[in-house]
Amino acid sequence: MSNRTSRGPLPIDLFLRGSALSYLTLMVVVPLTALSIEALKPGWDPFWQALTDPFAWHALKLTFATAFIMVLINAVMGTATAWVLVRCEFPGKGIMNALIDVPFAVPTVVTGLMLVALYGPSSVLGSFLGRHGWAVIYQQPGIVLALLFVSYPFVIRSVQPVLLEIDPAEEEAAATLGAGTFTTFRRVTFPALWPSILTGTALSFSRALGEFGSVIMVAGNRPLQTKTGPMYIFGEIESGNPHGAMVVSVVLLAFSLGILIVLNLLQRQGRHIHGH
Amino acid sequence: MATEVQRIPASRQARRSFGKGLLTLIVVGWFILLILVPLLALIRGALAGGLKPFLQALATPEAQNAFLLTVLITVAATVVNTIFGLIMSIVLVRQRFWGKTLADGIVDLPFAISPIIAGLMLILIYGNQGWIGQWLEPLGFKVVYAWPGMVLATTFVTLPFVVREVVPVLQEFGVDQEEVAYTLGAGRWRTFWSVTLPSIRWGLAYGVTLTIARSLGEFGALLVVSGNILGRTQTTTLYIHDGIESFNTEGAYAASVLLAGVSFVLLLGMELFRRHVEARETRT
Repeated sequence: MSNRTSRGPLPIDLFLRGSALSYLTLMVVVPLTALSIEALKPGWDPFWQALTDPFAWHALKLTFATAFIMVLINAVMGTATAWVLVRCEFPGKGIMNALIDVPFAVPTVVTGLMLVALYGPSSVLGSFLGRHGWAVIYQQPGIVLALLFVSYPFVIRSVQPVLLEIDPAEEEAAATLGAGTFTTFRRVTFPALWPSILTGTALSFSRALGEFGSVIMVAGNRPLQTKTGPMYIFGEIESGNPHGAMVVSVVLLAFSLGILIVLNLLQRQGRHIHGH
Repeated sequence: MATEVQRIPASRQARRSFGKGLLTLIVVGWFILLILVPLLALIRGALAGGLKPFLQALATPEAQNAFLLTVLITVAATVVNTIFGLIMSIVLVRQRFWGKTLADGIVDLPFAISPIIAGLMLILIYGNQGWIGQWLEPLGFKVVYAWPGMVLATTFVTLPFVVREVVPVLQEFGVDQEEVAYTLGAGRWRTFWSVTLPSIRWGLAYGVTLTIARSLGEFGALLVVSGNILGRTQTTTLYIHDGIESFNTEGAYAASVLLAGVSFVLLLGMELFRRHVEARETRT
């Protein structure tokens, strides 16, 4: 490395760098810039008006609320699943471990269709639930269910490797000293795990803010009831109100990019502390 | 260690293993309910009328055209992202330049951007009043509402995969062997083909597999750039969506099973293939 840099970059290096950075600029930077400029072009007042439009505001609130509920469930169940996969032995563990990533392999529309097939009004389960006032599909719980499915692997896959590195001897030592299972987890395991739980949770939250394919299939697209942010954006594009679509897009983007940047900074800091 | 564990009173140990068992039961039950049961419901829905209607639904001209378009778009997006992903990884790992950290961060952005927003951005750039589109349309080059827009949308959402998989492998591999190859008189290209590429092949293979799987399933961005036109050119995911809207549920179910099956086999097959090859290599 030092050899080549001292000679200065070769023309081929400059060519590779130029083409890679041009591609990145054209594909990612220009579209993001265009979106931000076009959304803010009419000025702050129209931006604010488009954002506080009752339909847009409700869609955003619904997106954040459903993502928040999903993330609470996922943080708990994901950590528990990772812990069981690492610390417990049971028949079928290998198969389950291999199938954790299924939601990443299944296209989002197919996810939506699966949930409709299972809980939809024409299914046995769905009509039973519907008769008892527990309808899932075309209601808000359906949105949470779809988000739970698509973001199922995030927390598990983020916690699992960290848990594998923690020596079970520490947990057992705590247990020997008289700590119960829950105390051991709270005092010994959790302090080592929380950064990875936070990472998985943040990634699933960011994913949930933008989820569209599965949600549009299960939500029924009713304004002020089951229309989420991304569905609102799509509706406004189709009905010829691009500005409304852009404003909601910018807000959603700001949150998901913000989460990504904060995670990146935390990881960099963590690497400095641990020295690798 | 074993002796220490034995010092725990038997009652406490019994309670611990009961707790572990209960937690395992909850976790496995959650997995079955959330992931497996919906999967089975889909397969059951697709095969409700037997195998013959399922195959017939897959053989209709609309379905076949949708599969073909999905394959073509996937191939195009994968080729572009593999080439640029490789170049990007090499530039990010092997070169030093101002703004490198920023470029590294920007590569990840498509993961954080909703597919719907990706589609909207493409319309802003390439639509008939877009930044670039207003110059392209008079030349008769249509991007949005045509296949180039669909390829662009798919390329955008799958941009990070190859880079993210190749960069860590390339970092770990280091420059020593490359330096040796130079010293022995190999040119850049020769070094890349016979030294660098073989050592990053699994990272690359993973990146490409993930790119293909994601391309096959892309929906939101395609929906936006293909427009809501009746009888529009459909990819498989659009065919599934429109099938549900227009009560062609048989076609939608059959295509869903096929699409999910292909992605699943791709990802699982990749993992099995890697284990197989690595086992063979350690034996020799």
